[in-house]
Amino acid sequence: MVGWVDTIVQGVLLGGLYALYATGLSVIFGIMRLVNLAHGDVMVLSAFLVLVLSTAGINVIAAAAMVAPLMFVLGYVLQSLVLNRTLGRDVLPPLLITFGLSIILQNALLELFSADSRRLHVGALDTASLALGGGIAVGIMPLICFLVAIAVIVALNLLFFRTTLGRAFRATSDDVETAQLMGIDNRVIYAIAMGIAFLICTLAGVFLGARANFDPSIGPARLIYAFEAVIIGGLGSLWGTLAGGIVVGLAQTIGAHINPEWQILAGHLAFLGVLVVRPRGLFPRAVD
Amino acid sequence: MALLETHDLTAFYGHFQALYGISLTLQAGETVAIIGANGAGKTTFLKTVVGLIKAQPSAVQFAGEAIGSRRAADIVRRGIALVPEGRRLFPSLSVEENLLVGGYVSRHSGPWGLERVYQLFPALAERRDAPATALSGGQQQMVAIGRGLMSNPRLLLCDEISLGLAPIVIRDIYAVLPGVKAQGTSLLIVEQDIIRALSVADRVYCFQEGRVTLSGHPQDLTKDSIHAAYFGV
Amino acid sequence: MEAGVDVSAAPSPAPRFAVRTTTRLSSVGVIAAVGLVAALVVLPAFADRRLIQDLFFVLTMLVLAQSWNLLAGYAGLLSVGQQAFVGLGGYALFALTIMAGFDPALAVVLSGVIAGIVAVPTAFIVFRLQGAYFAIGTWVVAETMRLVLAQVKQLGGGTGTSLPPVVTGAMVGLDAVRRLFDVRGSAARDVIAYWMALTLAILTLGSIYALLRSRRGLALAAIRDSELAAESCGVNAFRTKFFVYVMTAILSGSTGALIYLQKARISPDAAFSLLDWTADVIVIVVIGGIGTLEGPILGVLMFYALQTYFAATGTWYLMLLGGVAIALMLFAPKGLWGLLSERFDVQVFALRRTLLTSNVLDKDAGTSTSEKP
Repeated sequence: MVGWVDTIVQGVLLGGLYALYATGLSVIFGIMRLVNLAHGDVMVLSAFLVLVLSTAGINVIAAAAMVAPLMFVLGYVLQSLVLNRTLGRDVLPPLLITFGLSIILQNALLELFSADSRRLHVGALDTASLALGGGIAVGIMPLICFLVAIAVIVALNLLFFRTTLGRAFRATSDDVETAQLMGIDNRVIYAIAMGIAFLICTLAGVFLGARANFDPSIGPARLIYAFEAVIIGGLGSLWGTLAGGIVVGLAQTIGAHINPEWQILAGHLAFLGVLVVRPRGLFPRAVD
Repeated sequence: MALLETHDLTAFYGHFQALYGISLTLQAGETVAIIGANGAGKTTFLKTVVGLIKAQPSAVQFAGEAIGSRRAADIVRRGIALVPEGRRLFPSLSVEENLLVGGYVSRHSGPWGLERVYQLFPALAERRDAPATALSGGQQQMVAIGRGLMSNPRLLLCDEISLGLAPIVIRDIYAVLPGVKAQGTSLLIVEQDIIRALSVADRVYCFQEGRVTLSGHPQDLTKDSIHAAYFGV
Repeated sequence: MEAGVDVSAAPSPAPRFAVRTTTRLSSVGVIAAVGLVAALVVLPAFADRRLIQDLFFVLTMLVLAQSWNLLAGYAGLLSVGQQAFVGLGGYALFALTIMAGFDPALAVVLSGVIAGIVAVPTAFIVFRLQGAYFAIGTWVVAETMRLVLAQVKQLGGGTGTSLPPVVTGAMVGLDAVRRLFDVRGSAARDVIAYWMALTLAILTLGSIYALLRSRRGLALAAIRDSELAAESCGVNAFRTKFFVYVMTAILSGSTGALIYLQKARISPDAAFSLLDWTADVIVIVVIGGIGTLEGPILGVLMFYALQTYFAATGTWYLMLLGGVAIALMLFAPKGLWGLLSERFDVQVFALRRTLLTSNVLDKDAGTSTSEKP
């Protein structure tokens, strides 16, 4: 019994990590109907950048604070110089460009860092845990990760619903042509959005690197978990993305509990199942 | 110097030519109406002026500046606002948010702000937090016009603001235009309702298949000449 | 002079229309193609084993490229999951031959059919997604298949398995080829695999060409331009796309079966490799020219050249491929054939439908009524 409760708790916390993976993806798609196939690799890139700084003696939190603005700029520049040129009806160009980017990132990281497994160390927090009673304990890092995921979603909702920029985002997402009539330059909006996504990827990268070993090749799998979380949750809702992440996390931990080899497969099956039964996700936005 | 001047303006949708050399002027403070049948190019003309459709740089001049090839967001910053055909309100935004977005461009201050717009359209003040698309057609049109005014434009382009509305609502909408004009905004109105257009405009142009077929002061135009220009017979 | 019916006032005949697709270049192309195929068939008599293996690679990649091109370039279904059917075909072949004792050549055909059957429920699932999300959805399906098959212990589980000699030695025609070309068993296998690949490639080109010239092909072109407009003309977009999806699954499955028959060794990671069966294929199609039949042919040749010269550099080669994909999308989205055909307005595969009106028809037929005796 304890085993099952523990499994569920772990699944929910894992869901927080997956929600963090998925939030950036959700924002980008919501605002510009674009999917960055290099999303997972961007997270891995951030993890490596934080690793480099932490190896040089800077603690992980400070390193992340230094890497985050750099990643924002990277995302902004990528969108401005490259992806903005492919805006339009055709889905292939941005897909293929981000796909090419994914391959380049993975192999560049491979060249720079080799395929060795790495880990981000956060000192005592690495293994610290909180006892919840009844024999259940949760790792502090996964708990912090879950809380950070919630904080990010709250912050994004504040941005979107309480600021002028957020209004501009929502207007652009609704009707990009009319948004231009308001004086909103969609190219700038898209660049900022991509910058924000890269920023969130940095946070996700830190928890990705602190939680388990990472190497240059694990990006694509993370993209898939993020994508599954977004679809299960329903397009257009950030809290839905959190719910989706939790569903994937739960499916994976329950699957692993039954048979460790079934962990990833269980996540995929849950995704396919939701797609069959509820194609629009669990909490789709009313207006489409 | 006219506020708005177009010189031989042409416009294309891909390979399809929609405008064949439109030359039009609008003086500051004027209300100019464009009439014409469906497909005559009226909406295309407004979209070209506001920058949604590309043109030759010097084909459109606003306050002496060549704006023909500029992007819409840029042109709006210079003081032109469009109330688009079909209103095009943002469905995810409330009435008030739609108005606020209209004021996104921070231009030199002017008479129009949130409170002023609510004075112009009191019905909107009561429903300021409702999703914009939940309002009636007439009220949505008020939001669209108010949204256009929020940027304090020097020139307001209105594309078929009477479309789909009951006559009494149209009357109320048009009743606010003199007030707008009095605040110093020039108006360029596209209208299918000829009577309305003639009653409110200082000058009228008639478009037919992408060309200007008639222009002048309403009092100088005869019913027959308008008929001929409108239908191209 | 009697007053009678004024012949010159007879009503003009009703206008006639015809649709023509052949061009002079395409007629020449047909003759050239027949010659090329004949040459390729007898090639094993003269070529060394290396060339046969290389051509096998080129031909199988060509089938995959044409399939993906049909899916993405014509039906607008951007799939990043074609490896699902390649891997499935490979595993089906291994299962049919090892576990059910089928003849390998027959098993290749059956594997294609199995892939097609699996494509049916898969389509219903992934068609619920659009655009980029459809792409990732197909990827998830492929990953699911990979993970499921990695659980099948009889086929080697996660590490995979090899084809036993009893299977590799049982291919029909093996002895005949061995005697004919005086080669050893494994080389003879390569020759037979090569001929099968050639057959598959010709079948693929032929069936895709036939599809595009049919009414369904016209529907595809309409859907590609505007699904909404096409549907309002009575085109059933879902059914058309579904047909294409299953058709390409069969082609990919057969190819996968053939590839792994030739390799004689399979593993889940290799069979469902995104890089080998999707990434490379997409680069091929895009280099050559997406949405044309000539494009993938050009693309596969260029890709072969790229791979021959650069593959040894490992990660740098992959980075080059990624860079090529990006550069293409930014500067030459229509690929090499797109540039050529726009510049010179040519088509080798006669697909452009030209509407001929009465004037032209009559002139061609020499029955123009304006000719005076």
